[in-house]
Amino acid sequence: MAAYILRRLVQSALILLGVSFITFFLLYVLPADPVRQIAGRSATAQTVENIRQQLGLDQPFLVQYWRYLSGLVQGDFGRSYLQKSEVSVLIAARLPASLLLMAGAIFCELVLGLTMGIIAALRRGTAIDQSLMIASFVGVSAPQFVVGLLLLYVFAVQLGWFPIGGYGTLAHLVLPSATLGILGAGWYSRMMRSSMVEVLRQDYIRTARAKGLARRRILLRHALPNAILPIIAMIGIDIGIFMGGIVVVESVFGWPGIGQLAWQAIQRVDIPIIMGVTLVSACAIVLGNLLADLVTPFIDPRIKVR
Amino acid sequence: MKSLLATTALALTLALPVAAQDYTPDPNAKAGGGIVVTYKDDVATLDPAIGYDWQNWSMIKSLFDGLMDYVPGTTELRPGLAESYTISEDGMTFTFVLRPGVKFHNGREMTAEDVKYSLDRVTNPATQSPGAGFFGSILGYDAMAGGSATTLDGVTVVDPLTVQITLSRPDATFLHVMALNFASVVPKEAVEAAGDDFGKQPVGTGAFKLEEWTLGQRLVFAKNADYWRAGVPYLDTVTFEVGQEPIVALLRLQNGEVDVPGDGIPPAKFTEVMGNPEEAARVVEGGQLQTGYITLNVTMPPFDKVEVRQAVNMAINKDRIVQIINGRAVPATQPLPPSMPGYTEGYAGYPFDPAKAKEMLAAAGLPDGFETELFVMNTDPNPRIAQAIQQDLAGIGIKASIQSLAQANVIEAGGNGSAPMIWSGGMAWIADFPDPSNFYGPILGCAGAVEGGWNWSKYCNVTLDEEATAADSMTDPAKVADRMAMWSDVYTKVMADAPWVPVFNEQRYTMKSARMGGADALFVDPVSIPVNYDYVYVTD
Repeated sequence: MAAYILRRLVQSALILLGVSFITFFLLYVLPADPVRQIAGRSATAQTVENIRQQLGLDQPFLVQYWRYLSGLVQGDFGRSYLQKSEVSVLIAARLPASLLLMAGAIFCELVLGLTMGIIAALRRGTAIDQSLMIASFVGVSAPQFVVGLLLLYVFAVQLGWFPIGGYGTLAHLVLPSATLGILGAGWYSRMMRSSMVEVLRQDYIRTARAKGLARRRILLRHALPNAILPIIAMIGIDIGIFMGGIVVVESVFGWPGIGQLAWQAIQRVDIPIIMGVTLVSACAIVLGNLLADLVTPFIDPRIKVR
Repeated sequence: MKSLLATTALALTLALPVAAQDYTPDPNAKAGGGIVVTYKDDVATLDPAIGYDWQNWSMIKSLFDGLMDYVPGTTELRPGLAESYTISEDGMTFTFVLRPGVKFHNGREMTAEDVKYSLDRVTNPATQSPGAGFFGSILGYDAMAGGSATTLDGVTVVDPLTVQITLSRPDATFLHVMALNFASVVPKEAVEAAGDDFGKQPVGTGAFKLEEWTLGQRLVFAKNADYWRAGVPYLDTVTFEVGQEPIVALLRLQNGEVDVPGDGIPPAKFTEVMGNPEEAARVVEGGQLQTGYITLNVTMPPFDKVEVRQAVNMAINKDRIVQIINGRAVPATQPLPPSMPGYTEGYAGYPFDPAKAKEMLAAAGLPDGFETELFVMNTDPNPRIAQAIQQDLAGIGIKASIQSLAQANVIEAGGNGSAPMIWSGGMAWIADFPDPSNFYGPILGCAGAVEGGWNWSKYCNVTLDEEATAADSMTDPAKVADRMAMWSDVYTKVMADAPWVPVFNEQRYTMKSARMGGADALFVDPVSIPVNYDYVYVTD
């Protein structure tokens, strides 16, 4: 097990190195000059050149990348080109909000998705099943920007149940989590439904029924734990999907997370911030996947890590 | 703009008394209370040497002061930290006498040394100030920019309350330059203590001081009780909540949670808001020193032919483009906006005339038109405006394909001269200070027509450059009208060469909550967008 974790950690480090190289390269070849963003519209050619030199952006690509990497291994993400603040400080200030949002979204998608999936499986073939599956399809396909604004309009503006955007209390968390969670809930309900249908067909369920166990007990003790297994492993992978979603959801709800930070940095070609957020997100995805793989054997003893 | 002319003339008289052009305080103003202002984007920095976007510009104005300032709600210069100033007869030496007893937020008294330090800092290449170039007329600037000096030769501390600035060339705009945020006075010890983080821990002499900054969430400005201007600010706090979509900000305003949506009324909601009499009454409209234009790259055939550029000018239906943005602009005839001194009244430009445009294209040897590219920034409403331009061009046989890109990519394409046509929306020129020279050099002059410059037409007319320099050398107060006439002439000649299609001048619409008080001019203040925080107040 220890050897397995170690091997996976080394693999993860290599993946992160690859991500950093590709992102750095893409930003390097991007037809937009960060120096001009710093220098502004009134700068002379000399000012532009001075800044380019000071930031080392006049150096060849590999030199720039090596410098970035050397800083990185010492835990130095560099300073934002435009804000001048340390990128690590900017990210650290915003990371808790993003993690909280993700936790909320995971909660929402599990509660919504599993409930819908179970009901659909139990009412298979009925109108309830069909409407739930249509709803899940809508959830998967609806753009998060639209879902967010819709929820905001109905539940915050019209009904006044929740605050209109912002951050701070549990009430603030509900709508953004739901927006982010609806996408996953759509997937989960479909997976849960088929998984449940599959399990309900198994011999041990028939046996349990035959020996006269209560329906509730069969469902909760025998069917559900087995049906839920494949879903648990998905949560780790979800983190990757969330990383894409938070950019949109955070900006709709004014949620002060790293998605917002990344979005603003991309507009202004603030390379150190873009790199920092990308790497932190990549770390989260890699760790999420690793965690999913590590947790599975505990839930399902049939799966062994090698 | 007669007021500005009057001020400039006044400014050049010797040893100006302070009271000559001050602001009449609002008799109804109440002190106390706080307001909430929202923004979509986080605030990048509050360092006056670095901050250069319309969002932090007004915030910095409230935290810092420079030697010069503007009368609130106007483009009239007035003394700021300088109590008075004298200008030598040749217009090359400015002597500023500072107000005694002005304190920084850290409690220390501001002196002439701080003025010198601040100007040295902003022009030092290590500071990476986007505004360094504005100080180009100060003696010793070139040595600073070139890295061979660490202090400006032209700035001398005469005594603790007197500073003398000598120029290397006559500069009629110099007092405006001293009113820019970049010329704000900062305390050396606070800058050195904070290092690169000064932008997050600003210390100035302004009406407000930064009390709290929760990254990505909120900034709170608190009233500077020791502010040197008596009676202001009225507000105890100004809270800036960042990360809020304009549409969300509007909903919150309607819900009574927000006082000023800093990003304005979202285009999709504009008609609805203006159609509601109660809400429309809380919207203040004003002009701004802005022009939206199409650049035609004069180095790229067929735009190297003046007839083609003139034909394009006649092909664009500006009224229709104004309709696209809900009429939030006035059609433009020339580079300068109407509220800018030097604007040529009565100049008709190139009226919309597709038939004549077609004839001119034929005369230029292009009866069947040609294919070209139109670059545009990819945020609403710019792509829609580009489509209107595309249709207008198609009307005279020009097939333009639209390149809709992120702002930085359009700026890059404009700077390196690879874009035949650019619609300037989202990047359009807004004046740094209310003087016609500010619309020429970087965007129409030869200095800007270089690799990476903002003159995206790459238009360089040496004769006009000379005339522009001559105009800016006219520092004699008696000749202000002549100077403006010269600038008017420069822009009229630019239009004859037609490197641009001036399309419209945007109007500003600031919405406020019912509890906000203060003259309308403060809500469309030409230098403090969205509002002048130092002078507005709340009525409840």
